[in-house]
Amino acid sequence: MKKYKIKLDRRNFLKSSGMLGMSSLAPGVFFQELAHARPLNEPASSKNRWGLLIDANQCSEDCNACVTACNEEHGIEDFGRPTTDTQYIRKLNLTHEDSGESLTIPMMCQHCENPPCVDVCPTGASFIRADGIVLVNKHTCIGCRYCMMSCPYKARSFIHENLENQVPHTPRGKGCVESCNLCVHKVDKGENTTACAEACNKDGHQAILFGDLNDPESEISKKLNKYKTTEVRSDLGLNTAVRYRGI
Amino acid sequence: MRDKTDYIIVEFSKAIFIYGLVAMSFIGLGFYSFVTLEHEGHWLTGMNNQIVWGLPHVFAIFLIIAASGVLNIASISSVFNIKIYKPLGRLSALLAISLLTGGLIVLVLDLGRPDRLIVAMTTFNFKSIFAWNVFLYSGFMAVVALYLWMMFEARYNKFVGKVGTFAFAWRVTLTTGTGSIFAFLVAKEAYNGALLAPLFIALSLLVGTAFFYKILFWMDRGLGIPLGSEIIKRFRKLLIYFIFTVFYITILSHLTNLYVTKNHGYEFFLLFSGNIYTFLFWGCQMIIGTLFPLLILYNKKLSKSASGLLYASILVLFGGFSMLYVIIISGQAFPLDLFPGYIERSSFFDGVEATYVPSIYEFMLGLGGVGIAAAIYLFAIMVLDFTPRSLDNAATAMANVPEPVTEEQLEEEKESQEEVVDEKSSVPPDQKTTEELETEEKNKSADEGKPAEE
Repeated sequence: MKKYKIKLDRRNFLKSSGMLGMSSLAPGVFFQELAHARPLNEPASSKNRWGLLIDANQCSEDCNACVTACNEEHGIEDFGRPTTDTQYIRKLNLTHEDSGESLTIPMMCQHCENPPCVDVCPTGASFIRADGIVLVNKHTCIGCRYCMMSCPYKARSFIHENLENQVPHTPRGKGCVESCNLCVHKVDKGENTTACAEACNKDGHQAILFGDLNDPESEISKKLNKYKTTEVRSDLGLNTAVRYRGI
Repeated sequence: MRDKTDYIIVEFSKAIFIYGLVAMSFIGLGFYSFVTLEHEGHWLTGMNNQIVWGLPHVFAIFLIIAASGVLNIASISSVFNIKIYKPLGRLSALLAISLLTGGLIVLVLDLGRPDRLIVAMTTFNFKSIFAWNVFLYSGFMAVVALYLWMMFEARYNKFVGKVGTFAFAWRVTLTTGTGSIFAFLVAKEAYNGALLAPLFIALSLLVGTAFFYKILFWMDRGLGIPLGSEIIKRFRKLLIYFIFTVFYITILSHLTNLYVTKNHGYEFFLLFSGNIYTFLFWGCQMIIGTLFPLLILYNKKLSKSASGLLYASILVLFGGFSMLYVIIISGQAFPLDLFPGYIERSSFFDGVEATYVPSIYEFMLGLGGVGIAAAIYLFAIMVLDFTPRSLDNAATAMANVPEPVTEEQLEEEKESQEEVVDEKSSVPPDQKTTEELETEEKNKSADEGKPAEE
């Protein structure tokens, strides 16, 4: 049996322990930085800007997985009244007027950097978090619906009836306005995804990618750099956090 | 100048009873609607996620702009110094307060969470025109209340001009604020234009005048306050001016839209597509609300009769209401164009014209606001002397007769003239402000015993 002689002088010992220490700490620090997960008692930071990249080429017309997952995640009930029922996310089918080219995409709150809904809200109930997520404070929303009038994406719904069995992470109640909250409960837990993105991936389409637009190393940022993407109604200069590819 | 009009406290009568009963029934209907909607939710209304503001908002905005416009009559007397309107000043301010209260109540009771009114009154986002309106509306109440006080208290009559001017400025700002609710909406083709503010101001003047005339007619027939031909003549002129102003701005705003290619879709939708809004625009707003009143007002016989003017006023009110309905609802019914060049379809009614059929609850809520405005007015005229004893030609002519000058006033005038002389000695004559020149002119005309009006 071959014998190994370990030469362990003081210099080598310090060098090895240093490297060992570095290698054990580095992934934690590195991955922590990547995920940007933060303790719940810390406020959201403007270091992040959460957003979505939606690839119209991957989205299938007969698939509704994102919508179903969103409804389940947020406890959105179907009352059988399509004009008043809440929709955080909807499938939009587009057909070009001349060429007849057709495509399908999910449409939801675009989490604008300069949201018109936040501008018009009289009580400040519509607000944008430091990390770019546009939310409604359900304690101060008076149900005036001015935000719905101002939204260029028709992304908001008004709760027209009494609700029961709401899910704890998505407080909802009659008489308030609501919209996609980018699964803020998941973001705050550091899950780094949304219900719609998860469902889309699960179905193998991978048309919805969630990530941090401010992190140059995130997959979403890399794709935004690599491919041509579009903001819906970019003419309004709202700088949306939801971008589309292939439209 | 002291108000020489003889005012009365209206006594309970058959007319008061009938109108009081109507007002109370309206309030009852409004209350029932509010309680039902509060309990069940807004799905009972015709409003939905596409048409988020409906008939209650049309009622509310109609009453709010009428409130602003009705104060115009007081402004004409105290700001523009046309004294024939002086006996109507108190009524004008009272109607402004009552109509605004009625309108605001409809707006508040239609909120998804009316119980959170206190939040709206204490938490503000000053980038929102709604938050500004909270101050503009509550401030309007305070300013008009002060204005009334100055008109009621003989000692303070001299301040009526100044407070009236302030109220006038406030009123114009208030209606600008109401118009701006729509003017500041960037997303919708139908709105998004500063012309909406002057359009709302013009409409408020028109609707306010028509509403005031309706009250004057009722006072004549119901309360026995005679209405003279002089007042009728003046109201006829006012109605004509304001109808033309509203017509002009309406045409201007549509021409502006027609010039911008991206707005052709909406203009075609509204003006030519033959839907309910096309009918309301051409039939109700333009023909019934604009053309017919003008025909009456230019008719030799009808234009001079009290009833003729009443018909014109009612038509104008109908036209104004239709106009607000067209502006508020059609702008929402026209689909947003998220992807120009594409036909859009979804389960959320993208790319299709939204349908809206107002429900009876919305109508009842709106009537509730009208009822509250009427009840405040009826109650107020029975407890305070808002109502002039007579508005016949002799009574209104009295307002134009300069009052006899008392010794005290002579002394006051002397003192003030001395002060003016002192001030002017330090200012070269060529640096006189317009205000000073006007005061001089007024003093001159007062000296000559002529009314400084018109």
